[in-house]
Amino acid sequence: MSATVVAGAQSVGGERSNARWGRWGLYAVLILFAFYYLLPLYVMLVNSLKPLAEIQAGAMMALPRTWTAEPWLQAWSSAQVGVEPTGLRPYFLNSFMMVTPAVIISTILGALNGYVLTKWQFRGATVVFGLLLFGCFIPFQIVLIPMARMLGLMGIAGTVSGLVFVHVVYGIGFSTLYFRNYYAQFPTELVRAAQIDGAGFFTIFRRIMLPSSGPIIVVCVIWQFTNIWNDFLFGASFADFDSQPMTVALNNLVSSSTGVKEYNVHFAGAIMAALPTLLVYVVAGRYFVRGLMAGSVKG
Amino acid sequence: MGFLDIKDVTKSYGSMKVLHQVDIIVEEGEFLVLVGPSGCGKSTLLNMIAGLEGISAGEIAIRGRRMNEVHPARRNIAMVFQSYALYPNMTVKQNIAFGLEMHGVPKPEREKAIAAVADLLQITPLLNRKPGQLSGGQRQRVAMGRALVREPDVFLFDEPLSNLDAKLRVDMRTEIKKLHQKLGTTIVYVTHDQIEAMTLSTRIAVMYQGHVQQLGTPKEIYDRPANTFVAGFMGSPSMNLFPATITIENGLPAARVSLASGHQATVPFRPGSDLGAHDGREIVLGIRPEAITDLDGADRKSNAVHTLETTVEVTEPAGSDTFVVSQLGGVEVVGRFRADVDVKAGDRFPFAINMDKAVVFDPSTEQRIG
Repeated sequence: MSATVVAGAQSVGGERSNARWGRWGLYAVLILFAFYYLLPLYVMLVNSLKPLAEIQAGAMMALPRTWTAEPWLQAWSSAQVGVEPTGLRPYFLNSFMMVTPAVIISTILGALNGYVLTKWQFRGATVVFGLLLFGCFIPFQIVLIPMARMLGLMGIAGTVSGLVFVHVVYGIGFSTLYFRNYYAQFPTELVRAAQIDGAGFFTIFRRIMLPSSGPIIVVCVIWQFTNIWNDFLFGASFADFDSQPMTVALNNLVSSSTGVKEYNVHFAGAIMAALPTLLVYVVAGRYFVRGLMAGSVKG
Repeated sequence: MGFLDIKDVTKSYGSMKVLHQVDIIVEEGEFLVLVGPSGCGKSTLLNMIAGLEGISAGEIAIRGRRMNEVHPARRNIAMVFQSYALYPNMTVKQNIAFGLEMHGVPKPEREKAIAAVADLLQITPLLNRKPGQLSGGQRQRVAMGRALVREPDVFLFDEPLSNLDAKLRVDMRTEIKKLHQKLGTTIVYVTHDQIEAMTLSTRIAVMYQGHVQQLGTPKEIYDRPANTFVAGFMGSPSMNLFPATITIENGLPAARVSLASGHQATVPFRPGSDLGAHDGREIVLGIRPEAITDLDGADRKSNAVHTLETTVEVTEPAGSDTFVVSQLGGVEVVGRFRADVDVKAGDRFPFAINMDKAVVFDPSTEQRIG
């Protein structure tokens, strides 16, 4: 009896050392992948802080010998973008002027849609939701020409407002999906109680629903912000020179340099274009996961 | 015309009828309990009174005013929900104040009303907490406070105690009853718990499959159930229902019952029974467990106690009583004996049957005939 116990203990010890090796292996793989993913960012960052001569000398991977912020300043305010030497600044502002209203409007509309679809069910609500959901999966290319025609008819072709409109329309599908699923978990008795208490449609939305929607608002805002900020196709298709968003301007910066390719400036510009989405994720990222999980756990 | 009139109210979803011409008149100050198994339509009826569901046909009126088209907020009703439905983002005080605020009651009056209700329900120390910080019983009180503060014509309760644990449920039950006695408000209360129905109500409507099976005082429902469904649903353990035949013995009507031994026994009905006219008819005899006892435990005021000797199958001591299972008419029958009676499984034992409390049903229509 005791012999078997000892044998058992040995095998447990063996398993433990196996587990330790497994753990080391796991970390090694994880570190390798982290390195692999971070390498491009490293290259961008390092080269955006070097004089052009160092890059041309072929030292792409090395740290700068002379550190300089000049490429960043150039990219921001004086680099040649398209025909004008304006830097990326005006386009950065364009992007913000496009993203902010587009995110706010699509989130509010999504919340209202979700509220109606779950708490004020009407005949055909499932069909409407199905169609909205279908809208999420229509490829961008398909709507380009009809949308161009629509924007022309509405007189907002080539403007920031036009881009806001396009992104709101495209965003409603996803924001509705998020809010509908979130509100489906929200107890309907609360809405009924508020009705009996005398609250109307919008009062219930504002006083009862919205204050409990924090997590899903964060999810929706991050999702919309990232998508709209990073969009290239709509920006390239529907914007004029003075209303182009950051992504399009970055492309122009990289492709329109007159003589020498100023790689250090391009790298700085690319980081600038990526920074806001990174920032949003870093600030609100932990709420993002929490919000995505919120539907599955009852509060 | 009563205080709350429910006239031929019907609810249908498409071709499916879930409520069939319900007709109830509730007087002011009454405590009406709608009781029945899940899916019987009791909650639907309550929601229709509240205005949360439309009325397919018929009419609901409060104080003589037709309510069918009136918005829930203007019916002057208040409702306590099963889940309490407290607004999670508001404090207790804001929860109670919300309805008043929505109805445009000025702030000083609101404050006064909240203070009074909080005092009545002893929740003053909780006023600044959020619902998430309260226990089940406290949430229940707050939900009642929110209803009370509005001083409505009719209170609607939708299974308000079913989320509480057993002990708290009994305490809150007493408290609701006290509150009703103190305030004398009109209450419609939905539950699936027949004990809640019996203890709280002044009248009960037993519902099943969208029909009101019986409407009456708790005593009427308990002693004279209209059909076998009501007989089986109300009371715990439920009423014993077993087949028997009406015969005439010594010129008086009696029930002939087959025993487990294969023999037959006859027990006379209570004096004055008019069942003699049905000589030879097959019936279902209904006798409550407390009317089947040991000899000394039998009701001394009754003049219709008869003994029947039969075999005990199982005994279930419950502390205060011992439930004794035997067979009559081929089905299991439960009797409620005093706790200290010495009775064991397998014994032949004299059972005292109080025929005063016996009811008789028609086996095919399941309606009571005597």
